[in-house]
Amino acid sequence: MAAQSEALSARDLVARRLQGGGSDWRSWVLEGALLLSLLVAIGILFVLVSDVLMKAFPVLVERPLDFLTSTVSARAERAGIIQAIIGSVTITLIVAALAIPIGVGAAIYLEEYARDSRLSRFIRTNIRNLAGVPAIVYGLLGLAVFSTALGLGSVLLAGGLTLAVLVLPIVVITTSEALIAVPTSIREAAFGVGATRWETIRSHVLPYAAPGIFTGTILSLGRAFGETAPLLMVGAIAGTFSFVGAPWEQLGEGYTTLPTIVYHWAGYPQAEFRALGAAAIVVLLGVILLVNATAIVLRNRYDRKW
Amino acid sequence: MTAHTASRPNALTPADLQIGAGRRRRERAIGALFLAAAASSIVISAAIIITLAGNALNFVVQVDPGKLVTDGWFPRRGLYDLATPIVGTLVISGIAMAVATPLGIGAGIYLSEYAGRRSRKILKPIIELLASIPSVVLGFFALAWISPNIVQALFDAPLFNMLAAGIAVGILITPLVASVAEDAMHAVPEYLREASYGLGARRRTTSIQVVVPAAVSGIVAALILGVSRAIGETMIVSMVAGATGGSLFNLNPLDQGQTMTAAMTALAIGSDQVRGAALTFESLYFLGFLLFLMTFGLNLISDAFVRRVRRKY
Repeated sequence: MAAQSEALSARDLVARRLQGGGSDWRSWVLEGALLLSLLVAIGILFVLVSDVLMKAFPVLVERPLDFLTSTVSARAERAGIIQAIIGSVTITLIVAALAIPIGVGAAIYLEEYARDSRLSRFIRTNIRNLAGVPAIVYGLLGLAVFSTALGLGSVLLAGGLTLAVLVLPIVVITTSEALIAVPTSIREAAFGVGATRWETIRSHVLPYAAPGIFTGTILSLGRAFGETAPLLMVGAIAGTFSFVGAPWEQLGEGYTTLPTIVYHWAGYPQAEFRALGAAAIVVLLGVILLVNATAIVLRNRYDRKW
Repeated sequence: MTAHTASRPNALTPADLQIGAGRRRRERAIGALFLAAAASSIVISAAIIITLAGNALNFVVQVDPGKLVTDGWFPRRGLYDLATPIVGTLVISGIAMAVATPLGIGAGIYLSEYAGRRSRKILKPIIELLASIPSVVLGFFALAWISPNIVQALFDAPLFNMLAAGIAVGILITPLVASVAEDAMHAVPEYLREASYGLGARRRTTSIQVVVPAAVSGIVAALILGVSRAIGETMIVSMVAGATGGSLFNLNPLDQGQTMTAAMTALAIGSDQVRGAALTFESLYFLGFLLFLMTFGLNLISDAFVRRVRRKY
């Protein structure tokens, strides 16, 4: 009898242990708290978007086209973002034309050409460090080198060059990751039939790495599109001015960009200017969320396991 | 096989396997081009260090040391109290970390240990979208929503204050902390979890007492990276912390404050004034150099922690 009851209680004990000793409220609390922190982070995104949409509503409904095609003005009912759109697009094009070829080239050198030498290790560390330098420091570099030493002044070209330098390390790092993901056997196949290094890269490595490179590149262009602080250092105009022209006419002129104009309008206390700022954010966020969503979709689609 | 044996008399010589002179020349030229692209990064670093250090040195040499310890940071009046922007930066970064540490690490643990495959696939992209929001947008949001609806609702504070700026910076770095921390926990090998479950541990025990300690280096790295990003953040503090022209020394987060980055934009926006007054241009680069050294040091430490995780598993 005694032995049997002891066995039963042992069984009960084990069962209780395995089932977690009845209601396990601590686990629930922890899981709830963790989920809550995630939901708060995500919830902020929704609050932000809905608040901006609400504030932008009067502008977006009453004069959507007029807002897109007017110049910056001290009178809220006439102000628009045409110069900012042209400025942002032109700067992004300059960044793309400079940072993509140099960045992809540097990544190809590091992953495909360089042996594990002291030089290549130094370049690698250097690029990682550059990626962590605050954006505003690039602004100081642009102010000293492009605006002052090269004598460009506070013009759009100086802004474009500054952001190209800022984005370069990001392009190198994302491209490197895409190149590393291509297995060595693919290269060996090309070398085996007598291809040179460049022929191997062009015909075998780059096609497989292309989706990854493309994803990283458009993400870094999105980053350039939303950058403000370094441009303020190299003379982006956070104020009113009248010049409008085609992108190539802008290069040597004063300029503004979408984020700069958001900064400008956010500084006014009046609700009409807040509405203008919010409307400019809608355009800015629209572009950036579109770019990022495209990148995520592309990555999920081409994510392959070798 | 038979064809090869048949053609043995005129078999391939080593010369046939070598590439032609033209092909080799092109090969060399392309290699040199890629090397030049990679070397450009060294030029950029050198340019950053030379411009920052050079102008910072000019400032140190020319400034009157008595003006470095005064009542506040008013460069246009020649008052450069260094403690003002440095303490302002630390206050705002501290608030930002108080927001980003629980949110980022909590979200990271949930994504790595709790979220199912399907919810992970939806939640992670949303966190990435949050990470892509430009800081100027968060600055606008802080001014238009956080400051009136949270800070002013709870405290008696002006619209421009360091608390609202700090909260917004915290929101900005939360996705960064979450994704670096999640990567670190994801890198913890599955057998540690299986061993823990095998001993009868619950998911809570496994996450908190096995996975988190195993990934602690990576989590610390995430936090250090967050601090580095918070110190360098510019737009939010310029828009929300107030003190555009200069500021008195201030520790109270409910009041206006000056950070190193905000002081820099304030100096640069009127760029004619930067060149006008005596040492303002140099003081701009001095702050920039200080900021560069701080973030560089933090990034190096964070890197060392990340490497420790990698070496372990």
